Amino acid sequence: MASSIRVRATASGETTEVQALIQHPMDSGFVKNSKGELIPPHHIETVQFETGGKVVFTALWGPAVSKDPYVKFSFKGGKKGDDLKISWVDNKGASDSMTAKIQ
Amino acid sequence: MNTSHHYSRRRFLVLTALAGAVAAGMDALRAVAAFAADAAGWPADAFKQKSEADAAKTLYGKTFEPSDKVKLDAPEIAENGAVVPISVSSTLPNVTSISIMVKENPYVLAASYKIPEGTNAAVSNRLKMAKTSQVVAVVESGGKLYSASKEVKVTVGGCGG
Repeated sequence: MASSIRVRATASGETTEVQALIQHPMDSGFVKNSKGELIPPHHIETVQFETGGKVVFTALWGPAVSKDPYVKFSFKGGKKGDDLKISWVDNKGASDSMTAKIQ
Repeated sequence: MNTSHHYSRRRFLVLTALAGAVAAGMDALRAVAAFAADAAGWPADAFKQKSEADAAKTLYGKTFEPSDKVKLDAPEIAENGAVVPISVSSTLPNVTSISIMVKENPYVLAASYKIPEGTNAAVSNRLKMAKTSQVVAVVESGGKLYSASKEVKVTVGGCGG
């Protein structure tokens, strides 16, 4: 199965810029379905980015983060070919992770 | 007689202790079950607050003050409240956390980011907005909280229904 995570990490000078896009419904718990029933909350709670054995960024997300969430950040260090591991966990205990190469 | 009394008392004590241990174990299990739904380290209470001050207090244990060193980029008008691009950055030193709150959402805290040493104090993401609202960015720097806010007009709300 294809990963739910798409990431682009680009090293430039001393900084690595990371953009990640994750496929997830991010149901807020406030939206009703066609039958008028509330769709229960289903959203990612944590996303962790690690490289070189170090966590470089942690996202804590509530139900107000948009569907198929996008996040961008940058960190000092990281070079072409380094591994960057991304992992998420949602409020139902589902999770996914993938490792990308810094470009 | 005396011995058997002694025995039964001892047995009673042992049984009580065992029952206690089992009960404690059950409590521990129940506690684990109660938290099993949430990811480790996810601040559930902070995400349930209805005001920016309460969310900041729950998440950081302190209050914030406005600073021109916190930069909040958000559109003046969001045509689609389901996907509002919002960026926060700061020139403050030693930034350890960035949080984004939407005042008029059912729960104000939308997202919070941990910024370890070596990671730049800048983050972009996309958030849902129920209606026109103040958006508040809170940045933790050197153990203190600083904020910036901006009103975003929403023409079509992002919380559906």
